[in-house]
Amino acid sequence: MTTEDKAEEISKTEYTVDTVEDKAEDRAEETTENSAQCTAENKVEDRTEGNVEDYMSYVGRKYTAIFLGIAVTVVMFLVSISVGSVSIPIPDVISTILGGPGGTSLVERVIWNIRIPQALTAIAAGAGLAVAGVAMQSVLRNPLASPFTLGLSNAAAFGAAVGILIFDAGMTGSNMMDAVVINNPYLTTGMAFILSMLTTVLILAITRIRGATPETMVLAGVAISSLFAAGLMAVQYFVDDTRLASIVFWQFGDVARASWSELGLIALIVLICSIYIFCKRWDYNAVDAGEETAKGLGVNVDMTRITGMVAASLISAIVVSFLGIIGFVGLVCPHMMRRIVGDDHRFLIPASLVCGSLLLLVADTVARTIIAPHILPVAVLTAFLGAPIFIYIIIKGRRI
Amino acid sequence: MTGDHTHDGVMHEHPHSHRDVVHTHPHSHGGGCGGCCEHHRDDDDCLALLRADAVEFEYGTTKILKDITVEVSRGEILAILGPNGVGKSTLLKCMNMILKPKAGTILIGDMDLSKMSGRDIARNVGYVAQRNESARMTVFDTVLLGRKPHLGWKITEHDYDLVYDALEKFGLSNMQLRYIDEISGGELQRVCVCRAIVQEPSVLLLDEPTSALDMSRQMEILKLIRHVVDCHNCATIMTMHDLNLALRFADKFVFMKGGKIHKICDKSGVTPELIEEVYGIAVDVISHNNMPIVVPKF
Repeated sequence: MTTEDKAEEISKTEYTVDTVEDKAEDRAEETTENSAQCTAENKVEDRTEGNVEDYMSYVGRKYTAIFLGIAVTVVMFLVSISVGSVSIPIPDVISTILGGPGGTSLVERVIWNIRIPQALTAIAAGAGLAVAGVAMQSVLRNPLASPFTLGLSNAAAFGAAVGILIFDAGMTGSNMMDAVVINNPYLTTGMAFILSMLTTVLILAITRIRGATPETMVLAGVAISSLFAAGLMAVQYFVDDTRLASIVFWQFGDVARASWSELGLIALIVLICSIYIFCKRWDYNAVDAGEETAKGLGVNVDMTRITGMVAASLISAIVVSFLGIIGFVGLVCPHMMRRIVGDDHRFLIPASLVCGSLLLLVADTVARTIIAPHILPVAVLTAFLGAPIFIYIIIKGRRI
Repeated sequence: MTGDHTHDGVMHEHPHSHRDVVHTHPHSHGGGCGGCCEHHRDDDDCLALLRADAVEFEYGTTKILKDITVEVSRGEILAILGPNGVGKSTLLKCMNMILKPKAGTILIGDMDLSKMSGRDIARNVGYVAQRNESARMTVFDTVLLGRKPHLGWKITEHDYDLVYDALEKFGLSNMQLRYIDEISGGELQRVCVCRAIVQEPSVLLLDEPTSALDMSRQMEILKLIRHVVDCHNCATIMTMHDLNLALRFADKFVFMKGGKIHKICDKSGVTPELIEEVYGIAVDVISHNNMPIVVPKF
């Protein structure tokens, strides 16, 4: 914002304040005369009409932005399916999708068995991580909170590493082009999930003793996170080369790992938790207004914190366990949307959900094509794509 | 500035007409506020609306409040006064169970707050904290949040109407779409009081509503509160540091000392001796335009 803009803004502000003062004075005089108040009623009616329209059009703008985001995501979904090592024209994509699964041609099988699950996984995981980010930022009252602040990613990575080391699950070296194949993915995933949920349980146990304040939760998360990071390092130090490669490879978040059945599970958990978090939108707004104010409004703040954290952890744990670590989406999507639609969770939750889907979908599409025929894991790209967009929004962000 | 206003007169002359503007559906929200208001409107207006009975509170082993018994009636503003750290804010927070008293009861009408849900308490008692967080939310949405205890899945026309009405009364209509992280402290204070009003409480608890405001804003916000109390026939309990502002706007004064109630009195009871006992400094109480003013001696 230039200096002139600022000056203009300030003078505008003063003007508004002045009129308010005048009105306040007027009202104070009315207060002393009982009858004056009643005669003011008609005037109030007129002005209220204008206000209704103002507010409704403001709410309308927010919904328009969200629906626009959904429309862009749908288009991006089609684009994402059409591009790749085999390029498929978009009309063919649409007709194949409308034709339903079960086709036998190569194109149909590529679309239904590879591209659609991958694109839908990106959408579900992105949506989930972003919603989890919103919930955590609110209940922890910390703008830097994201699904990983509480140590979930380190816990999951440690769990996967232990799975690969001890049970010889996970991936082993091979001479295939991709260098690693998956031996027993379910054991690795299961270990990752158990460890990340264990982290949540640990933090909840600590809040039972110390109270569910944001400080307790964040500090406990940081401590547990370091603990698992140390554990991970120890495991990495002692394993042989092929297993080390597997452990590192597992950590690169990649939406291509999910098949239809895994996608179904991820989508189900994300859907249930997101609906729950959306139902609590007014509670999060109240908590944002201050803990005591929230209690004064009848909100059970501790319960809101704990359930919000469980829902967010569940989403993060399921996504991380199946797909590996995908950072940045959960941290940055809520902030992008805060800049655009504001902090009101009625709009922030759906807007972040759409933003997360779109960001991960775009990142995945780019990751698959940017250095073709090689395929990058999406986690590498989320930060590369998200960070510049985020910086742009910080500098230029326009509110609606 | 209509400084020495005639609030005593206004208070009793005001019919319930304006109450009905804001409390459009006193029955529609179940037991809570509606039932309680009805009960008292039929009875004598002077009956206690909120009553704290032998309330005790402690942080760990440190006793903060000892044997506090105090009550407030409809149309009354009660000021809680006393030096820093005496437990004024703690007492206020006990009165709507933000802090749970260790002993004693808080009654609203004839209902025991400890047996009510948070939501039911919030329908009866509004609370404005001393410091308010600002977020990137519009003034309108911030005030709409005050409807939280009454909200179902959907926001009704009635909720919107109440918010529009309250914004108009508080002179906030023309800034309804501004973000509250961009308005001044005085405006935010007004927004927060406004939020507590649309909660339709019968008792309003205000923790130092005038702290951090300049002189004209202090007058403005207290006039608004006086106006709300008179029009809606509700009650207000507020903690204050400024004795002279308290004397100007409140009806009843509770002086606290060492976690206990030292004295409960009206304007005429505020004497230099009392102030010296409570605050430990020598003062003169002089009369200016029929209003007592406390002036510290050297």
